[in-house]
Formats: sequence, structure tokens, C-alpha cells
Amino acid sequence: MLELQAVTAGYGPAEVLHQVTLQVNQGEVVSLLGANAAGKTTTMKTIFGLVPTRGGQILFEGQRIDKLQPDQIIARGLALVPEGRRVFSRMSVRENLEMGAYMQNDRTVITQGIDLVYDLFPRLRERDKQLAGTMSGGEQQMLAIGRALVARPRLICMDEPSLGLSPLLVQLVFDTIQKIRKEGVTVLLVEQNAFMALNIADRGYVLQTGRIILNDTAQKLLVNDTVRAAYLGG
Amino acid sequence: MLEFAATNGGPVLFFQQLELGITLGAMYALVALGYTLVYGIIELINFAHGDVFMWSTVVLLLVSNALGLKGTLGGFALIGVLILFLAIGMAVSAFLNVSIERLAYRRLRKAPRLAPLIAAVGVSFILENIAQLTIGSGFIAFPPIFPTTALNIFGVKISILHIFIFGLAVGLMYALDRFIQTTKLGRAMRATAQDPEAAALMGVNVNRTIFMAFLIGGALAGAAGLCYNLVIAQVNFFTGFKFGLIAFTAAVFGGIGNVYGAVAGGFAIGIIYALSIQYFNFLPGGGVAWVDAIVFGILVLTLVFRPSGILGQQVPDKV
Repeated sequence: MLELQAVTAGYGPAEVLHQVTLQVNQGEVVSLLGANAAGKTTTMKTIFGLVPTRGGQILFEGQRIDKLQPDQIIARGLALVPEGRRVFSRMSVRENLEMGAYMQNDRTVITQGIDLVYDLFPRLRERDKQLAGTMSGGEQQMLAIGRALVARPRLICMDEPSLGLSPLLVQLVFDTIQKIRKEGVTVLLVEQNAFMALNIADRGYVLQTGRIILNDTAQKLLVNDTVRAAYLGG
Repeated sequence: MLEFAATNGGPVLFFQQLELGITLGAMYALVALGYTLVYGIIELINFAHGDVFMWSTVVLLLVSNALGLKGTLGGFALIGVLILFLAIGMAVSAFLNVSIERLAYRRLRKAPRLAPLIAAVGVSFILENIAQLTIGSGFIAFPPIFPTTALNIFGVKISILHIFIFGLAVGLMYALDRFIQTTKLGRAMRATAQDPEAAALMGVNVNRTIFMAFLIGGALAGAAGLCYNLVIAQVNFFTGFKFGLIAFTAAVFGGIGNVYGAVAGGFAIGIIYALSIQYFNFLPGGGVAWVDAIVFGILVLTLVFRPSGILGQQVPDKV
């Protein structure tokens, strides 16, 4: 479904991603693991056209998307839950969700999408008119996930959705990812919480200083010595 | 220039100056909105904005000459000319502003922030010089097409023209508010202002929202150009420089990037301007000599003590 083929990217003089190759198949949950500054967020930004590629190709459903603008990429059926939530803090919850459905013009489809998100996160329904910036971090994360789901993407990419949340909310986020998957949405998950990420993933990649160093099924990665030493506390 | 100082004393004098201040404020607010809309989206102080406003006054002068307008109009002739002038003024400034963005600022989008700022100053010089070549360097009278009728309310003269300008400005501001708050494109503009990258991830075409900010800001400045010609009635190539700086002060005073701040700041600066002329008249040279120092003093004080302006952001971005 999504394929990165030897993608190189960076900022200014610094090259951050070196020939990153990874693949996400239809219906899978794939985890991308790595320490801080390994290039996880840059990988996400590159997929969505926020950072230009310097080499290689990115394919979505067999078609190249690496030279497209972000809005054109979104239109193909991808959505990103960005790192740090990035909700529109001075907009209400509903307005944030309407922004998520920006590419959709059919009012009834938008309303249905918002209702779907509200069913998934009843807390958001209660806060319909509240400004996003006044909500707790956990609620903002729900909103960020909901905002990506409103557009009914076929592939959803999540950049550290559990970062900075309490254990209870982390559990809620991972439960939600499993629900999303049951709906038939493919998930690419960037996480520092490697144990939880691998527990719900089919496959995983490990990124280190801009290179993919490991690529295996989630079960095998969970028992891999390198992964255990680096991310799972030995 | 205007008859700035009223002749009566006491409260009548105060309200007379207030009436003038609100009229000036309406014009400053319209121009301040252009600064704030553009700053809100791309964090650029468009120093050419005052000259975009000036070009509306210049083109309207040329059109009025072409039409052979000399004296006061009435009835349908007045309404027709006002609608025509409003359409032309708004179109000229909107087109100019959008063209500047396209030709000068867009290619500097990823450059260091000083580069577009200097480009804006350069564009300002270009616009002023072309205007000077077009109409010369003198002050040219704009024909007094609007009747000088005024209502007299307890001795305070409220001119019909000033009521018209206030109504026009408030109408345009209301339309802008509805556009920003209720339309999809307006929502996209607010989203872009808050977080351009996140907005792009929602599928917003950021170039289009930037285009809209320049288009709307220009159009409002064009409307202000018509008001200026009707009230001040003196067209000059250098008008936009000071008028623009005062409107910029209004935008900063209100809270740059905040459209309601620009409106509040515009009216506040207009009223402070008119009252200062009167009540600082005891200073050597009279109030008129001091009013610019007072207004720009407010700019300095705002930047030092409350850079976010009187209506600065209330909701912090949570990290």
C-alpha cells in the first residue's frame, strides 16, 4: 500500500534519512521504532510532502507521491496524526474536526465522520464547542486522532500518539489503534513505547540515525536482542 | 486638510473630536486589517501595504478626472459613483497586493525572515515612485462629490459623510468576520494562521490561503482609499507612508495577527489621534505638531510593555 524505496531526505546541509526503505501492506499495523533523533518524524514528514525527498521514491497504492504537495497527498487517502498533537488550539473541537474533513465537500459525509469520531471518543462530544487549547493533553490527543480519522483515510500515520500521556490514556490510545484497524484502516505507527507498539503491530522497522537497521515481524522484534537492549529495558 | 480643531468648548468639543476620531479610526482599522491578516498567516509585515492603500486614492483620482467630476453629486448619481469608486478602489488595491505577493514575497517564502521584509520596503519605494511619476509630487484635490450635510445633535455636528464611512467600514468588517468564522476558506485561513504545517496536513492549500489574505487585505485598503479621498480629499504619492505606519501602529496596538485587535486598535488610534490634536494644543506648535509623536509613542510603549497588544492571544498553545 505504502512503499518507501531508498528515500533520502534532510534539512539544509544535513541529510537525515539515508536510503530508507520500508513497506506497509493493506490492513497491517506497522511500527517504526527508534530513539530520539533517529529520523522517525522526518520519515513521516517526508511521506506527507512536508520535507522534500532528495532521492528515492515514495509510492502509495502503486503511484508516486513524493513530488506532490501535502494537500494532494492527503487527497489520496492518507492522514497524519502529527507529533505533539498540533491541534488548532484557538478553534473549537468541532471546528478542528471539520478541518480534518477539509477535503470533503459533502456536508452529510462530514457530519457522519464527526459522529463516528464522537462515538469513538465520547469525551470529545461533550466538549464539542470548547476551544481545543483549553483541553488536557489526553483530550487533545484524542482530538488529533479524531481529526485524522474524520477524513476516513485508508492509511493513517501516527507520530508518537502516546507521548506525554498517563498510562491510562496510553492504553486508550492503543485500544483506539486496534479499533481503527478493525475498521479496515492501515496504520503506520511511530513510537518510543516499543513494547506496546510491537504488541499491537504486525511488523516493525527499527530506525537508527536515519537508517533502517532492523525489519521483522513484531513477535520476532519483541525477542530481538538489539531491540530488547535498546528499547525494552534489556 | 481637515478642519481638525473644533471651535466650541466643553463636552461638545469632546464629542466633536470623538466623531472625527471614529471616522479616522474606521479608515485606520480597514488598513490595519490588511497588515494583521498578512502577518497572521505568514508573519510578514507588509511594509508596502500603505502604498497599496495610496494607489487606490491615486486611481480613484484619475477615474474621477476621466469622468469629469467636479462638484457635489446627489441622489442616484452619487450612489452610482460611490459604488463604482468602491468597486474600482477595492479591485485596484486587491490586485496590486496579490501581484506583490506573487512576484516578490512568494519566492522568498523559505528565505530568512529579513529578506521578505526588505523586499516589502523595496516594493513600497517602487509603488511610491510610480505614483509620483503618474500624478507628480504635489497634493491634488479630490473633487468634493459627497454632500457636506451634517446632523446637529446637541451642537455636535455629525456629518453624513462620516456616517457613511463608519457604516461602510463596519459593514466590511462584519462581512470579513462572517467570512473568517463561518466559511470553509475562512476556517482554513484561521487554521493556517495557527499552524501552517498542520493546516497543510488537513489538505489546506497554503498558497491559496496566503493569496486570500493578500486579496482581502488589499480590498479593504482599497475601500479605505475611497474613504480617505472623500474625507481628506488630498491625493499625494506619499500619503501611504504615514497613513500606513499609523495603521500598522493600530494593528500592533490591538494585537497583530488578531483581526478584532486590528479593528479595536484602528478605532482606538483614530480617537487618540483626534483627541490629541485638540487636547495637546497647549504644547508648543499645537496638537497637530505632536500627534505623530504621541501615536508612535504608543507603538513603542506597546512593543515594550505588551507586545501581544490589547487583544493579544488569550489561549496559549499547549506543547
